[in-house]
Amino acid sequence: MKLANPSRSSYWLIQLMGAWSLLALLFIAPCGANEHWAFRLPAVPTLPTVRNPTWAQHHADRFVLEQLDRQGHEPSTTASRSTLIRRLSLDITGLPPTLDEFKLRLQDTSPDAHERHADHLLASPHFGERWALWWLDAVRYADSNGYEVDRPRSVWPYRDWLISAFNNGLPFDQFAIEQIAGDMLPEATLEQRIATGFHRHTYLNEEGGHDWEQFRWEAIVDRVHTTATIFLGLSFSCAQCHDHKYDPLTQEEYWRFFAFFNNVDEPFLEVPTGPITDRRKTLLSQIATLEKTRQDIFPHKSPRPAGRQENDWRQHSIDLAFHTWCRHQAAAAVKWRVLEPLHYTSKMNATLSPLEDHSLLATGDRPEIDTYHVTYRLPTGPLHGLLLEALPHPALPKRGPGRGSVLGDGAFALSEFKATLPSQTNQQSPQPMQLTFLRPSATYQQKNRTIELSIDGDKLTNWHIQGGEGRAQWALFPTATAIPINRPTTLSITYLMNFVHQQTLGRFRLSITQDPKPLRLPSHPPQIDSLLATGWQNLSLPQRTRLRDYFLSVTPELAELNKQIQELRAALPEPPTTLVVTERPTSRITFLHTRGEFHRRESRVTADVPEMLHALPRNSPRNRLAMAKWIASRDNPLTGRVILNQIWQEVFGRGLVVTPEDFGTQGTPPTHPKLLDWLATEFLHRDWDLKAMIQQIVHSSTYRQSSRISAAAASWDPLNQWLARGPRFRVHAEVIRDLALTSSGLLTRRIGGPSFFPPRPDLGKMIAYANASWSVSKGAERYRRGLYIHRKRTAPHPGLASLDAPPRNTCKVRRRRSNTPLQALALLNDQTMLESAQAIAHLITANNADTEVERAQYAFRLCLSREPDAREVEGIVQYYHRQFQRLSAGTLDAAAIAGSEESKSDASLSSLAAWTATARVLLNLDETLTKE
Amino acid sequence: MSYHSLSGSLNQLQVDYNHGCQQPVSNRPTHSAAGSERRCSVVPTRNPGHLKHGRTPHYSLTSRPYDPGSAMQDSPELRVPRRYFFRECQFGLARFALASLLSADRLRPAATAHQTRSLSSLHFVPRAKRVIFLFMAGGPSQLELFDEKPTLRRHDGKPVPATTLQGQDLPFIESDAALMASPLKFHSHGECGTRLSELLPHLGTIVDDIAVVRSMRTDAFNHAPAQIFLSTGHLQLGRPSMGSWVTYGLGSEATSLPAFVVMNSAGSLSGGAACFGHGFLPPSYQGVPFHSRGTPVLYTQNPPGYDRELQRDSLQLINRLNHDRFTTVRDPEIKTRIAAYEMAFRLQASAPELVDIASESQDTLDMYGIDPQKPSFGRNCLLARRLVERGVRFVCLFHQGWDHHSNVVGGHRSACAVTDQPATALVKDLKQRGLLADTIVLWSGEFGRTPMAERNPALGRDRGRDHHPNAFTSWLAGGGVRGGQTIGQTDDLGYHVSEDPVHVHDLQATLLRLLGIDHTRLTFRHQGRPFRLTDVGGTVITKLLA
Repeated sequence: MKLANPSRSSYWLIQLMGAWSLLALLFIAPCGANEHWAFRLPAVPTLPTVRNPTWAQHHADRFVLEQLDRQGHEPSTTASRSTLIRRLSLDITGLPPTLDEFKLRLQDTSPDAHERHADHLLASPHFGERWALWWLDAVRYADSNGYEVDRPRSVWPYRDWLISAFNNGLPFDQFAIEQIAGDMLPEATLEQRIATGFHRHTYLNEEGGHDWEQFRWEAIVDRVHTTATIFLGLSFSCAQCHDHKYDPLTQEEYWRFFAFFNNVDEPFLEVPTGPITDRRKTLLSQIATLEKTRQDIFPHKSPRPAGRQENDWRQHSIDLAFHTWCRHQAAAAVKWRVLEPLHYTSKMNATLSPLEDHSLLATGDRPEIDTYHVTYRLPTGPLHGLLLEALPHPALPKRGPGRGSVLGDGAFALSEFKATLPSQTNQQSPQPMQLTFLRPSATYQQKNRTIELSIDGDKLTNWHIQGGEGRAQWALFPTATAIPINRPTTLSITYLMNFVHQQTLGRFRLSITQDPKPLRLPSHPPQIDSLLATGWQNLSLPQRTRLRDYFLSVTPELAELNKQIQELRAALPEPPTTLVVTERPTSRITFLHTRGEFHRRESRVTADVPEMLHALPRNSPRNRLAMAKWIASRDNPLTGRVILNQIWQEVFGRGLVVTPEDFGTQGTPPTHPKLLDWLATEFLHRDWDLKAMIQQIVHSSTYRQSSRISAAAASWDPLNQWLARGPRFRVHAEVIRDLALTSSGLLTRRIGGPSFFPPRPDLGKMIAYANASWSVSKGAERYRRGLYIHRKRTAPHPGLASLDAPPRNTCKVRRRRSNTPLQALALLNDQTMLESAQAIAHLITANNADTEVERAQYAFRLCLSREPDAREVEGIVQYYHRQFQRLSAGTLDAAAIAGSEESKSDASLSSLAAWTATARVLLNLDETLTKE
Repeated sequence: MSYHSLSGSLNQLQVDYNHGCQQPVSNRPTHSAAGSERRCSVVPTRNPGHLKHGRTPHYSLTSRPYDPGSAMQDSPELRVPRRYFFRECQFGLARFALASLLSADRLRPAATAHQTRSLSSLHFVPRAKRVIFLFMAGGPSQLELFDEKPTLRRHDGKPVPATTLQGQDLPFIESDAALMASPLKFHSHGECGTRLSELLPHLGTIVDDIAVVRSMRTDAFNHAPAQIFLSTGHLQLGRPSMGSWVTYGLGSEATSLPAFVVMNSAGSLSGGAACFGHGFLPPSYQGVPFHSRGTPVLYTQNPPGYDRELQRDSLQLINRLNHDRFTTVRDPEIKTRIAAYEMAFRLQASAPELVDIASESQDTLDMYGIDPQKPSFGRNCLLARRLVERGVRFVCLFHQGWDHHSNVVGGHRSACAVTDQPATALVKDLKQRGLLADTIVLWSGEFGRTPMAERNPALGRDRGRDHHPNAFTSWLAGGGVRGGQTIGQTDDLGYHVSEDPVHVHDLQATLLRLLGIDHTRLTFRHQGRPFRLTDVGGTVITKLLA
């Protein structure tokens, strides 16, 4: 239902309602592009005059102070140096200062010490990690597919890309374009393609029997929502089912925008960088070297006669053995003729493309079940049998040869294989003729899933190669009798694949033989078989070399070497991959869906941007790249404001617009509209330099204020929306972990790479697959930053979840902050917090201090980056003594608390345990968890 | 009980710290980011969406003219002193919506936990206060349990008519699959004469207390989406689950337990944490999983070597230092944290006490037919009763054990053997303790099963049934549900609903109605518009109401 058209109804409403109601109505009714503040292009605001210009050193401060002046309030005093050092460090790098850094910065008494510290931190590689955390929530990054099965996925190269994009200062317009449409940029680099992983953090349904197209469509709904929310702050999703009730966005515009996203395929990409790739390269070069040595170590058949060169004689020996082998093999070998596919279709819209070797490769949609119809050119001659080869390819899961998931990645299951000759092929069959096959055979088959089942007429049974993935497999279908083909014709094959879990053929090729020999399944790859059947003397030089190389790889004379090579191949690690999108060569048709429902297609729509915002350039194509450039355009009134608002929110804990996900008419207007516009215009002025904007913010006097809440401020501005004090709030879940690990010195600072698995309480069997693939990381890996924790969607890490880390199911541009008992329990009892406390205790006891008071002070500095006052020290020391007494008396198990396996004197073990308990207390303090 | 004395000592500690506070912890309004979400709840509405649906406009906290320079333009909470919401707010549910126990800004120490409630401020006179949802995940077969189909017997082995199928796709079976009649016998029970299959002998003894709905429908036919749909009213992720909505609306009466508890038996849950997630509601409305082994709640067990005294000493020091910090920076968030740590300490004691069922009589254990030491659905049923006795608002027991693509009769025989008696005992037990009158027990799967047989040699399946969203059966008892009746019918083959269709949204709407809530008015504002459990659907099933 639509809201009544205001132009028609407003007259009567004006008559009926008072002035207030009218005013309210104006802002409730859908308003045009020019009426709502956020849909107008921001102008550079003039700098206001303020009462205290010396405080307002930065432009941002002027706008803040203007509002405070107007309301008759003063800003707070500047926070202490120690507070600011910690605040800056947490905001820019997401890490607290180490004790040494802290001392160093505290010693800097120059007037620009704050700025210098800020700039130092902005150059740190940890900057990218901290700000990636913000963006990962927004793009709903996770390491698992969600839904049933919830298998792990590899998309961490996207996260690495993100971190380096922040660190390298990639301008934000480019940052946006590469994520939305990096694949479509001219000569897209590997990095630009990795960036499109932005679209791939959607759920992936792998439940048996699902409808691929529906969930492909659902994922696009999610992508539209995410893109519109992150960059535009628009609740565009409301218009999926009906015209937006409040903002000038129609349902048709929604589906037009949807069309930009509808033309993607969702492949994975190998990422040939990093340690895994290096290891692969090393192994591959070892293999190549070993393969070369085959020629050098081939054993001599007879001693070398005098006068023959060593090398010469060895070649002779090889040739001798090779020719003997050829003769033996030729007897049974059959000549195979590869058929060229003429027409090929996939019933469920997979993309079939012919490769040079006449095989067909299936990419694009990856339906649950499928049927391929392929017509091949068939030469004349007697037809004795067909050979179906399923071949590996790097674009297939685990290299194929199938496209399967869950029940064997890269496997396939062939339910029915039907071959039909058209009518009039020969006199025997005036009608189309379906071939019958006798005794088919295959290189690999499971028990009860044999090749016969593919020609048994029962589409519920199949030939399944699960267990035989990753390498070529082939099947032989001998015809019942020789079929004469008198003139060139075609052969139609139906590949029916009716199993579950996307077990369809990935790359396949069909050959025939006209050889009258009794057929047997080729034990060599069919092409080798053909070469052997042709006879060595009839081969070209390259063919001979190929056959000879093959011989060397299988000959028993080199069994040991070949085994070694095979073992090396088996040890090759899987190349790292990441999820990306690519644009389809032919466009999918997009429809408007009635009530936003998948099954209810209405009219066709073409891609375009919503009318209320700036238009696409006149001659621009209507594709995803154009849309990306439109989002990152200087004419876009929203992007700059929306992004800078999110940045502001990260630093101040609260956006200038407190509904960062909604800049529409139902969103909350900004507290400081001029400040927001200044930030947005300054962002463009600085060529979309995000780091420069963060620098501007943290240099400001507004940022440097003390966060202490005066009694007056508590009542007039409890939420600090007017910014008369500095931000004070509990840091993100991941940062709490990083805090504890930094204080304890356990933190592993390595940047990037795959996710790791921190210790986690046993989740029982509440959630399917919760415990699958969670094997706790060891060594330094265990102490990596919270950012890199493996994000399992159906079973989020309970410690992170209790501290409000979103499960990354949907786009989140605002993290909530709760403060609950379950959170307290997680902080008190999580394994990582305990290990940190134990490590801190070691630091305390190893520290060169004479008294418990000094130790307490040291511990306090480690965790809170400030000096404790006397009362605080007294409390800590008292606690320590009490625990030490209980430990010494044996009431408490010191070794268990200290986590110590070393044998130590009782006194020092008790001391260690007592300091462990003390450190646990310090790590749980509100101030420790808070950016003050 | 011992934990009382310990928690008492911690409370005394808190009193010491109250000097210097502006006001006692108990009434201290706190804030967090969650508070900045504009909470419509049932209260307000300046939202024209309500008007255009023809609903009565409600009291509006304030009109909201756009004035960027004004202080009066943020969320209602910013304009109304928070304290007001706790003490003076008269707008019905908002008061309860702000009172959930384990929530961010809704935390109260035990001393003030038992708030008086004004039931008249709900939309309707509530018939129930709490819900136990027996979530029979996997999709139980209505044809083997509740929906007797003599006609199906005549068509056994014949293909399903195309007119019935209407071109619908099914996950695993073909459109020409053969129909399969259930070989099980059905009998009449009770005064009402409700017919149940031989697999449900226990349920037969309470049919006069339950309402069987044979005309359920849903929108999804894969497990995860359908479970998420039944739990949250939406196929896509990111919406709050029923328990979250209910605790958001009604708050909690439990003093040292979470408001929304989930437990599991049998297989693991396909839909995952989203089935008890908080969605866009504040994270504190998340369902808290209780585990059937070891510590019932994650992180409630002290670390190795720490005894309760050390834990108390530690919390005392934490709270003391936090309090000192409060006197310096005066951030009310610190007070909330102090209260949270106190509550954590209590929860550590109450959770183990809850699962210690040694105090239950042998009669009770026999009624549920359980071994108290062994995790089981039956044990969870008993724990559910103990939970609601302690004021827990919403308990969800997942039992994923019904997905019988093969041998549906055998599978259901086993599933019923472990669920029929305890589910029945739960209703009886609640009744004999006077709790059934205001506790809803809901038994439902995420979908039903096809009248056609599933046979798939490749998957090793025979005489099973596939997922079926078009028709399935649920039952309800207690809390204002009119028992002793059967609602709805399916066609002769059991394929489509033919009478009184009940969509999942209708069931959800009815559940809220029984709790005194109008499902269209329990809303939460998110991304510019109010959302609700029933999305844009839902009609209360009046036949269900007593």
